[in-house]
Amino acid sequence: MPRLSCWFIRAALIYLTLGFTFGALLLWNKGVPLYPMLWRLLPIHIEFLLLGWTVQLAFGIAFWILPRFQAARGNVALAWLTFGLFNIGVWLAAAGSLIDPTGWLLLLGRMSETAAVLAFVRHAWPRVKAPGV
Amino acid sequence: MPFITRLFIKSALLYFVAALIAALTLALNPLLALPGFVTALSPVYFHLLMVGWVTQLIMGVAYWMFPKFTREKPRGYTWLIWATFLLLNSGLLLRVVAEPMRVLQSTAWWGWLLALSALLQWLAGLAFVANCWPRIKER
Repeated sequence: MPRLSCWFIRAALIYLTLGFTFGALLLWNKGVPLYPMLWRLLPIHIEFLLLGWTVQLAFGIAFWILPRFQAARGNVALAWLTFGLFNIGVWLAAAGSLIDPTGWLLLLGRMSETAAVLAFVRHAWPRVKAPGV
Repeated sequence: MPFITRLFIKSALLYFVAALIAALTLALNPLLALPGFVTALSPVYFHLLMVGWVTQLIMGVAYWMFPKFTREKPRGYTWLIWATFLLLNSGLLLRVVAEPMRVLQSTAWWGWLLALSALLQWLAGLAFVANCWPRIKER
Protein backbone atom coordinates (compact mmCIF):
# COMPACT_ATOMS: atom_id res chain seq x y z
CA MET A 1 0.00 0.00 0.00
CA PRO A 2 1.51 3.39 -0.96
CA ARG A 3 2.30 5.95 1.75
CA LEU A 4 -0.46 8.36 0.71
CA SER A 5 -3.07 5.58 0.88
CA CYS A 6 -1.89 4.86 4.43
CA TRP A 7 -2.47 8.52 5.28
CA PHE A 8 -5.91 8.60 3.66
CA ILE A 9 -7.04 5.37 5.31
CA ARG A 10 -5.65 6.17 8.75
CA ALA A 11 -7.31 9.58 8.62
CA ALA A 12 -10.56 7.85 7.55
CA LEU A 13 -10.30 5.51 10.57
CA ILE A 14 -9.81 8.49 12.89
CA TYR A 15 -12.96 10.11 11.45
CA LEU A 16 -14.79 6.80 11.85
CA THR A 17 -13.83 6.73 15.54
CA LEU A 18 -14.84 10.36 16.10
CA GLY A 19 -18.01 10.06 14.01
CA PHE A 20 -19.14 6.91 15.83
CA THR A 21 -18.35 8.56 19.19
CA PHE A 22 -20.47 11.63 18.37
CA GLY A 23 -23.18 9.38 16.93
CA ALA A 24 -23.23 7.25 20.08
CA LEU A 25 -23.51 10.39 22.24
CA LEU A 26 -26.38 11.67 20.07
CA LEU A 27 -28.25 8.36 20.17
CA TRP A 28 -27.70 7.90 23.90
CA ASN A 29 -28.91 11.46 24.46
CA LYS A 30 -32.01 10.69 22.40
CA GLY A 31 -32.87 7.67 24.56
CA VAL A 32 -31.60 8.88 27.93
CA PRO A 33 -31.08 12.68 27.95
CA LEU A 34 -27.59 13.71 29.06
CA TYR A 35 -27.21 17.33 27.96
CA PRO A 36 -29.48 19.30 25.59
CA MET A 37 -26.63 20.97 23.68
CA LEU A 38 -25.34 17.59 22.48
CA TRP A 39 -27.72 17.94 19.51
CA ARG A 40 -25.31 20.50 18.07
CA LEU A 41 -22.94 17.61 17.31
CA LEU A 42 -25.31 16.28 14.61
CA PRO A 43 -23.78 18.16 11.62
CA ILE A 44 -20.26 17.15 12.74
CA HIS A 45 -21.36 13.52 13.11
CA ILE A 46 -22.67 13.63 9.53
CA GLU A 47 -19.63 15.51 8.15
CA PHE A 48 -17.11 13.15 9.75
CA LEU A 49 -18.86 9.96 8.66
CA LEU A 50 -20.05 10.88 5.17
CA LEU A 51 -16.98 12.81 4.05
CA GLY A 52 -14.19 12.13 6.56
CA TRP A 53 -14.79 8.37 6.68
CA THR A 54 -16.46 7.09 3.50
CA VAL A 55 -15.25 9.60 0.90
CA GLN A 56 -11.72 9.71 2.28
CA LEU A 57 -11.51 5.92 2.39
CA ALA A 58 -12.56 5.86 -1.28
CA PHE A 59 -9.74 8.34 -2.10
CA GLY A 60 -7.21 6.14 -0.32
CA ILE A 61 -8.32 2.90 -1.93
CA ALA A 62 -8.60 4.49 -5.40
CA PHE A 63 -5.08 5.93 -5.14
CA TRP A 64 -3.85 2.45 -4.22
CA ILE A 65 -5.66 0.26 -6.77
CA LEU A 66 -6.39 2.33 -9.88
CA PRO A 67 -4.24 1.26 -12.87
CA ARG A 68 -0.69 2.66 -12.91
CA PHE A 69 1.62 3.97 -15.64
CA GLN A 70 4.43 1.35 -15.62
CA ALA A 71 5.09 1.53 -11.88
CA ALA A 72 4.09 5.17 -11.34
CA ARG A 73 0.80 6.54 -10.08
CA GLY A 74 0.75 9.68 -12.21
CA ASN A 75 0.62 13.14 -10.65
CA VAL A 76 1.09 12.20 -7.00
CA ALA A 77 1.41 15.86 -5.93
CA LEU A 78 -2.23 16.40 -6.90
CA ALA A 79 -3.27 13.45 -4.74
CA TRP A 80 -1.32 14.85 -1.77
CA LEU A 81 -3.01 18.21 -2.41
CA THR A 82 -6.34 16.37 -2.25
CA PHE A 83 -5.41 14.94 1.14
CA GLY A 84 -4.47 18.34 2.57
CA LEU A 85 -7.35 20.37 1.14
CA PHE A 86 -9.95 17.73 1.93
CA ASN A 87 -9.01 17.43 5.59
CA ILE A 88 -8.79 21.19 6.04
CA GLY A 89 -12.24 21.39 4.43
CA VAL A 90 -13.79 18.75 6.68
CA TRP A 91 -12.51 20.48 9.84
CA LEU A 92 -13.54 23.96 8.65
CA ALA A 93 -17.03 22.72 7.75
CA ALA A 94 -17.33 20.89 11.07
CA ALA A 95 -16.13 23.91 13.06
CA GLY A 96 -18.37 26.19 11.03
CA SER A 97 -21.46 24.18 11.84
CA LEU A 98 -20.58 24.28 15.55
CA ILE A 99 -19.22 27.75 16.27
CA ASP A 100 -19.86 30.08 13.33
CA PRO A 101 -23.47 31.25 12.87
CA THR A 102 -22.47 33.52 9.95
CA GLY A 103 -21.79 30.54 7.69
CA TRP A 104 -18.39 31.75 6.46
CA LEU A 105 -16.39 28.87 7.94
CA LEU A 106 -18.80 26.37 6.42
CA LEU A 107 -18.44 28.07 3.04
CA LEU A 108 -14.63 28.02 3.29
CA GLY A 109 -14.78 24.35 4.25
CA ARG A 110 -16.95 23.50 1.28
CA MET A 111 -14.61 25.49 -1.03
CA SER A 112 -11.62 23.55 0.28
CA GLU A 113 -13.45 20.22 -0.15
CA THR A 114 -14.48 21.16 -3.69
CA ALA A 115 -10.90 22.07 -4.58
CA ALA A 116 -9.77 18.74 -3.11
CA VAL A 117 -12.27 16.82 -5.21
CA LEU A 118 -11.21 18.70 -8.37
CA ALA A 119 -7.56 17.87 -7.62
CA PHE A 120 -8.46 14.22 -7.12
CA VAL A 121 -10.46 14.04 -10.34
CA ARG A 122 -7.51 15.61 -12.19
CA HIS A 123 -5.20 13.01 -10.63
CA ALA A 124 -7.43 9.97 -11.17
CA TRP A 125 -8.85 10.71 -14.64
CA PRO A 126 -5.82 9.51 -16.68
CA ARG A 127 -5.49 6.40 -14.50
CA VAL A 128 -8.92 5.17 -15.55
CA LYS A 129 -7.66 3.42 -18.67
CA ALA A 130 -7.50 0.15 -20.56
CA PRO A 131 -4.65 -2.29 -19.70
CA GLY A 132 -1.33 -1.49 -21.39
CA VAL A 133 -2.25 2.09 -22.31
CA MET B 1 -13.15 -14.87 0.80
CA PRO B 2 -13.14 -15.47 4.61
CA PHE B 3 -16.37 -16.66 6.26
CA ILE B 4 -16.77 -13.50 8.34
CA THR B 5 -16.42 -11.36 5.18
CA ARG B 6 -19.24 -13.33 3.58
CA LEU B 7 -21.34 -12.69 6.67
CA PHE B 8 -20.56 -8.95 6.54
CA ILE B 9 -21.42 -8.67 2.85
CA LYS B 10 -24.60 -10.76 2.94
CA SER B 11 -25.80 -8.84 6.03
CA ALA B 12 -24.97 -5.60 4.22
CA LEU B 13 -27.07 -6.67 1.23
CA LEU B 14 -30.01 -7.47 3.51
CA TYR B 15 -29.71 -4.06 5.18
CA PHE B 16 -29.62 -2.46 1.73
CA VAL B 17 -32.99 -4.02 0.92
CA ALA B 18 -34.36 -3.12 4.37
CA ALA B 19 -33.18 0.50 3.94
CA LEU B 20 -34.99 0.86 0.65
CA ILE B 21 -38.16 -0.69 2.11
CA ALA B 22 -37.95 1.88 4.92
CA ALA B 23 -37.50 4.63 2.31
CA LEU B 24 -40.50 3.34 0.38
CA THR B 25 -42.60 3.28 3.56
CA LEU B 26 -41.57 6.87 4.35
CA ALA B 27 -42.54 7.95 0.84
CA LEU B 28 -45.95 6.26 1.15
CA ASN B 29 -46.67 7.79 4.55
CA PRO B 30 -48.13 11.13 3.37
CA LEU B 31 -50.31 9.35 0.81
CA LEU B 32 -51.70 6.52 2.94
CA ALA B 33 -51.62 7.99 6.50
CA LEU B 34 -49.68 5.03 7.92
CA PRO B 35 -49.34 4.46 11.72
CA GLY B 36 -47.52 7.09 13.81
CA PHE B 37 -44.31 5.16 14.33
CA VAL B 38 -43.55 5.42 10.59
CA THR B 39 -42.48 9.06 11.08
CA ALA B 40 -39.64 7.76 13.33
CA LEU B 41 -38.32 5.65 10.47
CA SER B 42 -36.39 8.53 8.93
CA PRO B 43 -33.21 8.13 11.06
CA VAL B 44 -33.69 4.36 10.94
CA TYR B 45 -33.69 4.46 7.13
CA PHE B 46 -30.55 6.59 7.00
CA HIS B 47 -28.65 4.37 9.44
CA LEU B 48 -29.76 1.16 7.75
CA LEU B 49 -28.24 2.60 4.59
CA MET B 50 -25.04 4.15 5.97
CA VAL B 51 -24.21 1.77 8.84
CA GLY B 52 -25.94 -1.45 7.77
CA TRP B 53 -25.08 -1.27 4.09
CA VAL B 54 -22.14 1.08 3.37
CA THR B 55 -20.06 0.77 6.56
CA GLN B 56 -20.67 -2.96 6.97
CA LEU B 57 -19.70 -3.63 3.34
CA ILE B 58 -16.50 -1.61 3.83
CA MET B 59 -15.68 -3.50 7.04
CA GLY B 60 -16.11 -6.90 5.40
CA VAL B 61 -14.05 -6.04 2.34
CA ALA B 62 -11.33 -4.25 4.35
CA TYR B 63 -10.90 -7.31 6.59
CA TRP B 64 -10.51 -9.43 3.46
CA MET B 65 -8.33 -7.20 1.27
CA PHE B 66 -6.14 -4.98 3.46
CA PRO B 67 -2.42 -5.83 3.76
CA LYS B 68 -1.57 -8.76 6.02
CA PHE B 69 -0.89 -8.06 9.70
CA THR B 70 1.71 -10.79 10.33
CA ARG B 71 2.45 -14.23 8.88
CA GLU B 72 0.87 -15.88 11.95
CA LYS B 73 -2.14 -13.54 12.11
CA PRO B 74 -2.62 -12.37 8.52
CA ARG B 75 -5.91 -10.60 9.16
CA GLY B 76 -5.27 -9.48 12.73
CA TYR B 77 -7.24 -10.71 15.71
CA THR B 78 -10.20 -12.89 14.72
CA TRP B 79 -12.08 -12.15 17.96
CA LEU B 80 -11.96 -8.41 17.23
CA ILE B 81 -13.61 -8.76 13.83
CA TRP B 82 -16.24 -11.13 15.26
CA ALA B 83 -16.85 -8.61 18.05
CA THR B 84 -17.23 -5.90 15.40
CA PHE B 85 -19.81 -7.93 13.49
CA LEU B 86 -21.86 -8.95 16.52
CA LEU B 87 -21.76 -5.55 18.24
CA LEU B 88 -22.59 -3.60 15.08
CA ASN B 89 -25.51 -5.79 14.10
CA SER B 90 -27.00 -6.19 17.57
CA GLY B 91 -26.69 -2.41 18.08
CA LEU B 92 -28.24 -1.53 14.74
CA LEU B 93 -31.11 -4.04 15.06
CA LEU B 94 -31.82 -2.74 18.56
CA ARG B 95 -32.05 0.77 17.13
CA VAL B 96 -34.39 -0.35 14.35
CA VAL B 97 -36.81 -1.69 16.98
CA ALA B 98 -36.31 0.80 19.82
CA GLU B 99 -36.45 4.06 17.89
CA PRO B 100 -39.96 3.63 16.43
CA MET B 101 -41.19 1.91 19.63
CA ARG B 102 -40.11 4.94 21.63
CA VAL B 103 -42.58 7.00 19.59
CA LEU B 104 -45.41 4.55 20.29
CA GLN B 105 -44.68 4.07 24.00
CA SER B 106 -42.68 6.82 25.70
CA THR B 107 -41.49 4.62 28.58
CA ALA B 108 -37.94 4.83 29.94
CA TRP B 109 -37.38 1.20 28.89
CA TRP B 110 -37.16 2.02 25.16
CA GLY B 111 -34.91 4.99 25.89
CA TRP B 112 -32.45 2.76 27.72
CA LEU B 113 -32.50 0.25 24.85
CA LEU B 114 -31.62 3.12 22.52
CA ALA B 115 -28.72 4.02 24.82
CA LEU B 116 -27.59 0.39 24.80
CA SER B 117 -27.76 0.42 20.99
CA ALA B 118 -25.50 3.49 20.99
CA LEU B 119 -22.98 1.74 23.24
CA LEU B 120 -22.94 -1.46 21.16
CA GLN B 121 -22.38 0.37 17.85
CA TRP B 122 -19.67 2.58 19.36
CA LEU B 123 -17.81 -0.50 20.67
CA ALA B 124 -18.15 -2.08 17.20
CA GLY B 125 -16.46 0.96 15.65
CA LEU B 126 -13.62 0.80 18.18
CA ALA B 127 -13.11 -2.95 17.65
CA PHE B 128 -12.95 -2.49 13.87
CA VAL B 129 -10.43 0.36 14.10
CA ALA B 130 -8.30 -1.58 16.61
CA ASN B 131 -8.06 -4.57 14.24
CA CYS B 132 -7.66 -2.53 11.06
CA TRP B 133 -5.12 0.07 12.17
CA PRO B 134 -2.00 -2.18 12.34
CA ARG B 135 -2.77 -3.54 8.85
CA ILE B 136 -2.49 -0.07 7.25
CA LYS B 137 1.18 -0.13 6.34
CA GLU B 138 3.49 0.66 3.45
CA ARG B 139 4.94 -2.13 1.42
